[in-house]
Amino acid sequence: MSAENRDVRGRNWSTLIGKRLPRVDGLEKVTGEAKYGADYNLPGQLWLKILRSPHPHARIRRIDTSRALALDGVRDIVTGKDFNGWRWGWMHQTRDETPLAVDKVRFYGEGVAAVAAVDEETAEEACGLIDVEYEVLPGVFSVDEAMREGAPLVHDDKPGNVSWEFHMNHGDVEAGFREADHIREDRFETGRVLTGFLEPPAAIAQWNSSGITVWACKQSPYFHYRHLAACFGLPLSKIRVIQTFVGGGFGGTKNDSVAGDLCAVLMSKRTGRPVKFVYTMEEVFTTCRRRHNFVIINKMGMKKDGTITAMQSKAIGEGGFCTAIGPLTLYLTGVMSTLPYRLPNFKHNAYRIFTNHPAGAAMRGHGSTHTRFAAEVQINMMAKDLGLDPLEVRLKNAVTAPHETINGILVKSAGIKEGLEVLKESAAWREKVERRHAGKDVVHGVGVSGASYSGGARQRGHQACSAMVRLCEDGTINYLTGATDCGQGSDTVLVQIIAEELGLGLDDVGIRRVDTAMTTVDPGSYGSRVTLFAGEAAQKAAREVRDQLAAVAARQWNVAAERIAFNSGNVFVIDDPDKSMPFRKLAQIACYAETGAVIMGRGYSEYSPEPYDFDNGYGDPGVNFSFTAQLTEVDVDLETGITRATDFLIAHDCGRPIHPVNVEAQVQGAAVQGLGQALYEEFRMENGRTLNPNFVDYRMPLATEGPAITVVDILTDDPDGIHGAKEASEGSIVSTPPSVVSAIHDATGVWFTSLPVTPEKIALALKARRDRGAE
Amino acid sequence: MKTIDLRFTINGAKERVSIPPHRTLLELLRDDLQLIGTKEGCGHGECGACTVMLDGVTVNSCLVLAAEIDGRSVTTIEGLRSGDKLHPVQQAFIDESGYQCGFCTSGVILSTKALLDANPHPSDDEIRQALAGNFCRCTGYTKIFESVQAAAKGLEGDR
Repeated sequence: MSAENRDVRGRNWSTLIGKRLPRVDGLEKVTGEAKYGADYNLPGQLWLKILRSPHPHARIRRIDTSRALALDGVRDIVTGKDFNGWRWGWMHQTRDETPLAVDKVRFYGEGVAAVAAVDEETAEEACGLIDVEYEVLPGVFSVDEAMREGAPLVHDDKPGNVSWEFHMNHGDVEAGFREADHIREDRFETGRVLTGFLEPPAAIAQWNSSGITVWACKQSPYFHYRHLAACFGLPLSKIRVIQTFVGGGFGGTKNDSVAGDLCAVLMSKRTGRPVKFVYTMEEVFTTCRRRHNFVIINKMGMKKDGTITAMQSKAIGEGGFCTAIGPLTLYLTGVMSTLPYRLPNFKHNAYRIFTNHPAGAAMRGHGSTHTRFAAEVQINMMAKDLGLDPLEVRLKNAVTAPHETINGILVKSAGIKEGLEVLKESAAWREKVERRHAGKDVVHGVGVSGASYSGGARQRGHQACSAMVRLCEDGTINYLTGATDCGQGSDTVLVQIIAEELGLGLDDVGIRRVDTAMTTVDPGSYGSRVTLFAGEAAQKAAREVRDQLAAVAARQWNVAAERIAFNSGNVFVIDDPDKSMPFRKLAQIACYAETGAVIMGRGYSEYSPEPYDFDNGYGDPGVNFSFTAQLTEVDVDLETGITRATDFLIAHDCGRPIHPVNVEAQVQGAAVQGLGQALYEEFRMENGRTLNPNFVDYRMPLATEGPAITVVDILTDDPDGIHGAKEASEGSIVSTPPSVVSAIHDATGVWFTSLPVTPEKIALALKARRDRGAE
Repeated sequence: MKTIDLRFTINGAKERVSIPPHRTLLELLRDDLQLIGTKEGCGHGECGACTVMLDGVTVNSCLVLAAEIDGRSVTTIEGLRSGDKLHPVQQAFIDESGYQCGFCTSGVILSTKALLDANPHPSDDEIRQALAGNFCRCTGYTKIFESVQAAAKGLEGDR
């Protein structure tokens, strides 16, 4: 709602946009009413368990299920061959994943067979009775091993184990480097990271004469809906995916189908009974999608005054056993490298390599987090080399809107300069030298970083979100959406958008979560797209209802429909305060007119910008671009290396916060997730096995480790975002690791280029430095 | 199959069950009593999603054998509100948006209640320590801490 609109419509116009309102899902979540994937049961259900491979790479010679089938209570067993060769993958040419292994297993823990039995214990016992004869094959467990001449192949048709490649070359990097006064080339490593949702994948599937019905905790249920139709050869009208509450997503696993999903449906078909599964957390740790780990060789050119002249990056990501969404990962490692600073020349070569590990896939801050980490730390290194202030270097290069990057990204709003100014003005920055040795045994350090992230990610294929808004005759609203709130708060934002159009309160709008038989199609919750796309759809649908009601009101008052306005639960004629009635009354009039009317609105998002070139990283990867400037303060114990992030100051430009509390919460949550990546988290692997498959040995940040976080909203009102909005959260997961690493450098004088920066790494580096000093 | 008989109090009501001896408290709550507000995250006492109160003290219900609750009193998330009236801790988590996906929320709220029952005016550090057994991947904890502080104020008003 623009300021002008508000004036035209008269006095006391109230708006819900930008208000600190409670979320719409509170009551269900604080009372324990909310039902998640594992909370659904059906009479007669069977339990599913998956037998998993004890080898990371092996040919399956023979599977004998006879002993298992003879066990009391076992109803069915399926193996990979029962899916008749069906494969799935993100692109047509990358369909290299099967529900269960066929012929060979490619990672430790890959599903080999699935059992359905009357209870969980029996299913588990039966798994132990399945005899599988393996021919163990040599495996490849790192990018280096996998790329070596003559290395074993994970997929026989993929020479060199190269899963995907992506190349960008814009401007003239060689000319750019010639212009530079200082050039650095450094090697960076990012870790393999758990998405970290607390709710394991779970579903219950029922196949009967009306088709397939599943209750599942999916972040993008319409992916699963299409997988089920394709895998089982049914029309989409016979596929019903009913969304449960979702206990966290963060990309990857819950955006996809897992082995249990597909086996449960197949076994329901074969047994005629509902089949349920709940993954154990160990299955999540050892078999589900994880963030890729990357090696990034970054080369940057800078003039004496801090102007960046060119950047060239080589990024090699470990993909694991299948391609999954890897092509998009590589695209995102490059396409956003030209923001948030002016970069006249940029070259990028990215490779994704198969290994005998679980698959690397999307996770919050997808792709960008790896290369931005390298670039941000390197900017700080170069500023140090040149004796420049790292904030001034950023301010010098920061983009201002409008801006077109060298790879054709059009930036229409940019608050990076304003964000950096917030950091510059902060006490933490101004007093950083004084604070350094304030502690007794620990040294305080301050680091800064910047980031930009696209909102409204463009996918290949269908990307429109949709909405249905139905008016109930008492003036309340039923809202059907294909969008999924996996915790981020989008249900609240979407309800807010509808209520705003109709001049109602949040309580007047009831939201119904995804049921693919009822709700309209939506690609899913990823790439910070829900507010922008599902929001646009919701707004259009609400406006259709509003227009129908305005026509009824106009007839009542004998005025032009354009003069009818809706606000604060009332309908009125603009500039004629006597002509007013409650929304509820108008709804009754409209619904009971003549023989009765049914008022509903529909809408879908129609974002259709200029063509973009996925193969060369040219053009807009999203609708608009957030900007984040972050300052991190750490305390480092020089003896033990133990590091505690004490404070984050995050100035985030999300355009305009529709729901400021959610924006803060997203920025805070993602920053702490990024802190995990920076300091604590990494899968430890040995010969294909995950050595730390639990929350004790794999260290996510605890309540005792969360820093004090200050979020500052930078308002830029993006012209392409609904109500001016852009993304919130992916920016801060990208900006956190480099700012933490730079703060550790400030405290210790050592650059750590490999994540996570554990106490061991710090203690060893400081000891090595002391030893050198003693020589 | 051998079963054992238990008598205990659940959310203020007396209950009797006859269950296999190896059942955990979490299984008893979710599978036998249909109290599904208690969640299973890891099943190994690491994540805190299954936190409930046993005689006023928080436990990971996945690590407690059901047999241990004989003669004792268990409080789950379902036991906090009275009728339509939310417990002040629940209200505080709504008011301060101290949750996102909600999967850890039952456990976090019970840890908060146990803290505030024992220590009505906790310091920031005491709040962090009290929640150190409850992972939350969504919030980064800030809004949880704010909710606990608001709950402390809300309970003060109640007294």
